[in-house]
Amino acid sequence: MPDQFRIPIMREDAVGRAVARMAREILERNEGTERLALMGIHRRGVQIARLLQDEIERAAGVRVPRGSIDITLYRDDLMAIGPRPVIGESKLPPGGIDNRAVVVVDDVIFTGRTARAAMNELMDWGRASRIYYCALVDRAGRELPIQPDIVGRAVTVLPHQRVDVLVPEIDGVLGVDVVTTSPEAA
Amino acid sequence: MSRSAAAAPGLGKDLVGIEHLGARRITSILDTAEPFKEISERRIKKVPTLRGITIVNLFFEASTRTRISFEFAEKRLAADTVNIGASRSSVAKGETLVDTARNLEAMKIDMVVMRHWASGAARFLAERIPSSVINAGDGAHEHPTQALLDMLTLRDHLGAIAGRRVCIVGDVRHSRVARSNIFGLLTLGAEVGVCGPPTLIPPHMSELGVRIFHRIEEAIEWAHALNVLRLQLERMEAGFVPSLREYNRIWGVSRARLAAAPDPLLILHPGPMNRGVEIDSDVADGPHSVILQQVTNGVAVRMAVLYLLAGGRPEKAEAAKAEEVA
Repeated sequence: MPDQFRIPIMREDAVGRAVARMAREILERNEGTERLALMGIHRRGVQIARLLQDEIERAAGVRVPRGSIDITLYRDDLMAIGPRPVIGESKLPPGGIDNRAVVVVDDVIFTGRTARAAMNELMDWGRASRIYYCALVDRAGRELPIQPDIVGRAVTVLPHQRVDVLVPEIDGVLGVDVVTTSPEAA
Repeated sequence: MSRSAAAAPGLGKDLVGIEHLGARRITSILDTAEPFKEISERRIKKVPTLRGITIVNLFFEASTRTRISFEFAEKRLAADTVNIGASRSSVAKGETLVDTARNLEAMKIDMVVMRHWASGAARFLAERIPSSVINAGDGAHEHPTQALLDMLTLRDHLGAIAGRRVCIVGDVRHSRVARSNIFGLLTLGAEVGVCGPPTLIPPHMSELGVRIFHRIEEAIEWAHALNVLRLQLERMEAGFVPSLREYNRIWGVSRARLAAAPDPLLILHPGPMNRGVEIDSDVADGPHSVILQQVTNGVAVRMAVLYLLAGGRPEKAEAAKAEEVA
């Protein structure tokens, strides 16, 4: 759209450094890779989870199992926003999530409603021994008492601004942009 | 169908038939059904999507498969459901369809899934009540969810619908399944044939662009898939078919007949089957039969339709797109 402009706040190298640190924080929290599993939230959390999986392997020499989750069917606002025609694939990590420390990976945490939905969905899938919430970007504006455990970068933006995480598989580049839509359009 | 509508196509309030749905909406339902397949494989086969939605399954005609399939779909989406069969209800006491529906509305329902013996009953009801109406078969008119699950199954196995040749075999004349399939398959660009006794093939078929086969052998040679319809036994009494044995001898889908096909044909049947009449057991249970997969896909397709209708008020979806930035 013409009535918006975007400013990159993290480029590929910055995202890479953040992911590297997040991977090490996960290892620190979990005291290694023992019974660890990653779950990326559709869509871009899936790519971020893949980056974390690579980075954990680099740091600890173990490829931890990874799955994906689409929380569309657990949203609390279906009636308000209407259905999304295409729902992504939800896939348990190999070995499932029972008795595992599951790291839920999101691109941006904002209202906390996605995190709520993701945790409810995980609980229907099995009994994780621990759930960590990990977001590349923490944007203020929580509507629920939920906080992430591990964050790549916290940003403060205005209500009519939006944080876009870009991943190579979907957007062609890796990075984070702040997009400003004109207040009239918002 | 208009090609200018760029937004994801909403289904609107009701699903009455396939005829006026258009390729984008049909494809959107089939695509939406894909992830719903997986929910039935989970340990907890339930998602909270339709929590708080009340659905009435209103069946004026006997049905086992369709009703149970809808019921599973509703329950797996966490909707609250009530089943009403005509024989045990106020309908048997002479209440009209509209009165029945208005009484249900007065109890604050959200959707009605209806099967009715009268063609056009679903549209009639949809135009008169604010709840969503899903047609689960109305007379000889349409059975849209059956056609959708048939198309989903065909797409699973043939990779696509466009350009594939599907022949509907049997009592096309009285079949709402045949009508819905013909509309859907033609819309998606398939080549469609029908095959059966001349008494059971309606005369206007060729005007729709459907090929008519008078011999099952020719249909088998031509098609990639056969959708074998149930021969309703009362048709014999009405004089459309001389005898079941003769029907089987001339029109029955048998292994010997299928052996003549250049490539193995996919075999579909909407059920319930009359083994040894329209289809032989070794075909129904054979390696190219997808009849049970149709049943599995039926639940997924119905979940998709319920999901799309439940949130599918297009004006709300539009308004929310602005908020989607969050």
